[in-house]
Amino acid sequence: MIEKLKKLIDKEVAKYPTDKKQSAVIAALAIMQHHRGWLSQDDISDVAVYLDMPEIAVLEVATFYNMFDLKPVGKYKLSICTNISCMLRDADQIVDHLKKTLKIDFNEISKDGKFCLKESECMGACEGAPLLTVNNQKMYEHLDVKKVDQLLKDLK
Amino acid sequence: MNEILDKNLNLEIKNKQLFNICLRTKHLKNSSSLETYKSIGGYEQIKKILKNKLDPQQLIDEIKISGLRGRGGAGFPTGIKWSFMPRDYDGIKYIVCNSDEGEPGTFKDRDIICHNPHQLIEGMLIGAYIMNAHVGYNYIHGEIWEEYVSFEKAIEEARKAGLLGKNIFGSGFNFELHAFHGYGAYICGEETALIESIEGKKGQPRYKPPFPATYGIYGKPTNVNNTETYASIPWIIENGGQAFMAHGVKNSGGTKIFSISGHVEKPGNYEIELGMPFEQLLNEAGGVWKGRKLKAVIPGGPSTPLVPADIIRGATLDYDGLAKIGSSVGAGSMIIMDDTTCMVTALKRLSYFFYEESCGQCTPCREGTGWVYRIISRIYQGQATHEDLDLLTDVSKKISGRTICALGDSAATPVLSFIKHFRDEFEVFIKNGKKLVN
Repeated sequence: MIEKLKKLIDKEVAKYPTDKKQSAVIAALAIMQHHRGWLSQDDISDVAVYLDMPEIAVLEVATFYNMFDLKPVGKYKLSICTNISCMLRDADQIVDHLKKTLKIDFNEISKDGKFCLKESECMGACEGAPLLTVNNQKMYEHLDVKKVDQLLKDLK
Repeated sequence: MNEILDKNLNLEIKNKQLFNICLRTKHLKNSSSLETYKSIGGYEQIKKILKNKLDPQQLIDEIKISGLRGRGGAGFPTGIKWSFMPRDYDGIKYIVCNSDEGEPGTFKDRDIICHNPHQLIEGMLIGAYIMNAHVGYNYIHGEIWEEYVSFEKAIEEARKAGLLGKNIFGSGFNFELHAFHGYGAYICGEETALIESIEGKKGQPRYKPPFPATYGIYGKPTNVNNTETYASIPWIIENGGQAFMAHGVKNSGGTKIFSISGHVEKPGNYEIELGMPFEQLLNEAGGVWKGRKLKAVIPGGPSTPLVPADIIRGATLDYDGLAKIGSSVGAGSMIIMDDTTCMVTALKRLSYFFYEESCGQCTPCREGTGWVYRIISRIYQGQATHEDLDLLTDVSKKISGRTICALGDSAATPVLSFIKHFRDEFEVFIKNGKKLVN
C-alpha cells in the first residue's frame, strides 16, 4: 500500500479507539477504491493486513455496501438513480439516452473504456431529481438530455 | 411526566405557516459557516449550559415539554429516549447522529448538513452534556460525498474555535465529534445496523433488547438520534419547550421538515409548523406540476402508507392528523404523484428497492421481498393471474412483523396500501396486460 493512502486511512483510524481499527474499514476501502477506480483482491488483502482484520471480514463489507465495485468500472462510473422520486421525473428517459449514446447496458463499460453505467438506489437528494453521481463523489442534479450530453463531453 | 404533558393540552389553535428552526440559516450568506451561525446566537446555548452547569434532568424535562419526537421516522419522544441513557455508568458512552437518509424521497438531513451544520453540532454538544457522553459520530449517507466533506470542515472549524475537544468554554467538559461516511446501504439508517456499520461490519440489525442505550457501539451505552432531531435542540433550549410546542399541535410539537419530491412544481424542503393542512403545503410547493391533477401521495416515505388524493386533501400534517387517515409522518418524505402515474409501475420500482436493500438476515424479508418483486414484475409483463394479487397481499402480510427490524414491515406497506386504494388498476393490468393510465 502506498504511503499517501496509508496517511488517508490513518486519519480515519484515528476517529476510533486504538483497539477498534476495524471501524475504519469502510473508509479504508473507499480510499483504495478511489485510488484504483475499483477494488481488486489485492486491495482487499492490503486493507485486511493494515487494519488487522481477517480478509473475509473485509470482503464481507466490500460486497455488502453498494457503492463498492469489485470489478473495473472504466474511467467514469455514472450511477444514476431510478428510484421513485427520480422515476416520477423521467429518470428512465435519461437512462435510455445514456444507454443509447454510450451503446452500453447497466453494468457494462463503453468500448473506449471511459464510461460505466450503474443503476442506483435513492441517493437522498430527490429535490434535484433526476440525478446521477460520477465516481461516487460528484453529483449532477436536475438532469435533462441536453445536460447529460454536456456532461459526457466534459468528462474527458 | 404526565403533569408535564398535560400542560400541552390547551394549546391555542392558530394558522400554521412555514417556520425555519432547523433550516434557519439556509437563506443567509455563507450559510454553513461558524460566523453565520454565531450571528444568529449560535453556540450560546451550550455556553450557557456549561457555564452554569445546568441540571441535565431539567434540560430533559424542557425537551419533554417541547414535544419533540424523533424525526427520522419512528417519532419516539426525544426527551424520553435521552433519559434511557444510564446516568451512573462511568465508562465510555457514545452519541450518534443518524444522517443516513436513503429512504426514497428523503433529503432533509442533507440540507441541514449543507446549510446549518453548526446548529447540528451544538445540538449534539447539548445532547452529549445531558447524557454525559464524550464521543460522538455523525453517520452520513454514502451518496452525498460533498456534504460529508463540508461537514468535516464544519467539525474542524468548531474544533479550532474550541467548541469541540477538551475543556469546552473552560468548563472541564470534553466532547469529540467525528463524521462517518456510509457507502450505500439503506439498512444502515436502522439504528442497530448503523452501530454495526460503525464497528466496521455489514449493516445487519441487532435483536432488541438490549437497546443501544444499554448495549450500543462496542457494547457501550449509545444514543442514536436523527439529524433534524439534534438540530432542533438548541432552539428548544433557547426559547423553551413550550415555545417549540406552540409551533405545532397536541402530540406533535414544533416544526418538521417535509421534503417534497415527485410531481410538484417546486420540489424541495419545507419546514412547517406541524398541523399545517396538506393543501397549504402543496400550494407552497407550487402545486402539482404541469397543471395536472393530484392522484396520490406518499406522506412520509415509502415505509408510510400511500394515500389517494381525495383522502389526503382534508388531512393535517402532524402525527395524529396523518394517523387518522391511515398513514404517518415518517421522515416527512412526501412523494407527490399526478394523474398520469401508473401505480403498478410505481410499486414495481419500490418493491425492487426493498428487495435490493434487504440485508438478507431474516428469511421472511430476504425471500419475501424478492417474491413480491417477482409477482409485481409478472403483473407488469402481463403474465399474471388474478390469484397473483391475493398472493401478493398474502406474502406481504407474512413478511410484516416477522423480522428483526422494520425493513420487512416497510417493504409490505407500499404493497398493501397501493393494492388497497388502486386494486382496479392492478386488475386491469392483469386482465389486459397493459397500463390503465398512460
